[in-house]
Amino acid sequence: MTTQQVIATQQTQVMATEQTQVLGRALLSPAVVLLFIWMIVPLAMTIYFSTLHYTLMDSENWSFVGLENFRYFLTDPAFLTSLRNTLVLVGSVLAITILLGTPLALLLDQPVIGRSVVRLMVIAPFFVMPTVSALVWKNLLMHPVSGLFAWISNLFGVTPIDWFNDAPMLAVILIVAWQWLPFATLILLTALQSQDEEQKEAAEMDGASALSTFIYLTLPHLARPITVVVLIETIFLLTVFAEIFVTTGGGPGLQTTNIAFLIYSQALIQFDVGNASAGGLVAVVIANIVAFFLVRIIGRNLEV
Amino acid sequence: MARKVTSRHVWVSTAAAWLFGFLIFLPILWMFLTSFKSELDAFAMPPKFLFFHWTTENYATVQERSDYVHHALNSIIIAGGSTLIAMLIAVPAAWSMAFSPTKRTKDVLLWMLSTKMMPPVGVLVPIYLIYRDFGLLDSRAGLVLILCLGNLPIVIWMLFTYFKEIPKDILEAARMDGATIGRELIYVLTPMAIPGLASTLLLNFILAWNEAFWTLNLSTLEAAPLTVFIASYSSPEGLFWAKLSAASTLAIAPIIILGWFTQRQLVRGLTFGAVK
Repeated sequence: MTTQQVIATQQTQVMATEQTQVLGRALLSPAVVLLFIWMIVPLAMTIYFSTLHYTLMDSENWSFVGLENFRYFLTDPAFLTSLRNTLVLVGSVLAITILLGTPLALLLDQPVIGRSVVRLMVIAPFFVMPTVSALVWKNLLMHPVSGLFAWISNLFGVTPIDWFNDAPMLAVILIVAWQWLPFATLILLTALQSQDEEQKEAAEMDGASALSTFIYLTLPHLARPITVVVLIETIFLLTVFAEIFVTTGGGPGLQTTNIAFLIYSQALIQFDVGNASAGGLVAVVIANIVAFFLVRIIGRNLEV
Repeated sequence: MARKVTSRHVWVSTAAAWLFGFLIFLPILWMFLTSFKSELDAFAMPPKFLFFHWTTENYATVQERSDYVHHALNSIIIAGGSTLIAMLIAVPAAWSMAFSPTKRTKDVLLWMLSTKMMPPVGVLVPIYLIYRDFGLLDSRAGLVLILCLGNLPIVIWMLFTYFKEIPKDILEAARMDGATIGRELIYVLTPMAIPGLASTLLLNFILAWNEAFWTLNLSTLEAAPLTVFIASYSSPEGLFWAKLSAASTLAIAPIIILGWFTQRQLVRGLTFGAVK
């Protein structure tokens, strides 16, 4: 905090008379109460259901089973498979979006003729609803006979890949990465534009090569935005659902089932409330590990 | 910006940027072109890029066969309703945290952020059962409610970061001149806050429009927005590429245009101000 800000804060605190404090609390409380209910009621119910043997097919016969659902869920081979799939999906999409997003952001930070148009093209995929992008990729691009990719493979004399049979996970990864690449690029570009130009000029005048300017000035500058991209994308990518729902339905077999899809299928296809709730809590725990770091990073530079 | 830039540098970076931009945009462009083809041309191999018989009949068929307007209207009501209600709750909250902060304001803000971190699958079962028991499954009201709660933390955060930037001196000056809180709100704060309010509104409308977990799980037909409508094209008998493309184009065109206007707010909103 600069001195000016400190003075400003003090002034506001003086100004915050008793009357405005009461008013402030009254204005804040609806949001707090709603979010509190939204957080606590469903979560408490999930915890409760997770201790029951309870299926919607036979909803009269339910019984308390303690931690049995957790034991069942965690030792189910489907859990380990879907956990692995989740990690592969999150890890690959993170790697693709950052490894492509960084050079792309650097490129867009250069003098480019018609930069604003290029920016619009790059950012567009983020605004496409997940069900549309999944179906367009699955049919128009990845179809093994009539898709655009098949045509390109044929041009090069390569047999086209039957994406959703031979490499279903890779297909899902490509679709999701395409959706998130704009987000990574835009955040990294925003960070690049706030980089100190004079510092770079000074480095150049001292004869630093473009590469060493990048390694010693730009990369450290990008460390924090990259961390933020990783954390935020992870939170969303842990629960990728629509793309799997409309393309593979988790298959073939369990090849593209992630934890979110596994819980969905236990809850709304097999109607096993107890087991799905136990799985839901496992998902909450995994997401909280990531959220912990994100909240710390954001909290550090939050000035109130 | 006094750095020397050679014209060769400009041409190389321009060519590279346009190439990458084009490749990233290609799926959307391809979908757009396909929406004007006949079903036969849509499957043609080698693909027909520009020289095919252009037709708009797919757009008419999409409306006729599957009542596009009904689902588009649902999308507007659900995304618009949830955004407006979230704004009504969030504006006072963000206003109070930005202008009369207390010792706990930072904790409250971070706590709100943490509710956004809860994965929706974690609470799918209870929400589904509550909705079933209260008759909210496949109802617009139900979707408005859940999307409103889901986006509330983002709305509050965005508004908070905008309100923080309104200089406090102006408020003080208004108070010195004897303005009441009501007048201060109408004549001083509102005009300064309108740009921030507008972009928060737009970004959250976009997020709600594209939301595809709750909409897919809690609605089937009556209340189904476009996300669910498009998903119905995934069944094998629904695979008419030209019509799928026409429906998709209609579903995303308005949102991409809104998105282009709000790209900067996107960074601000989704990173909770952590990247500027």
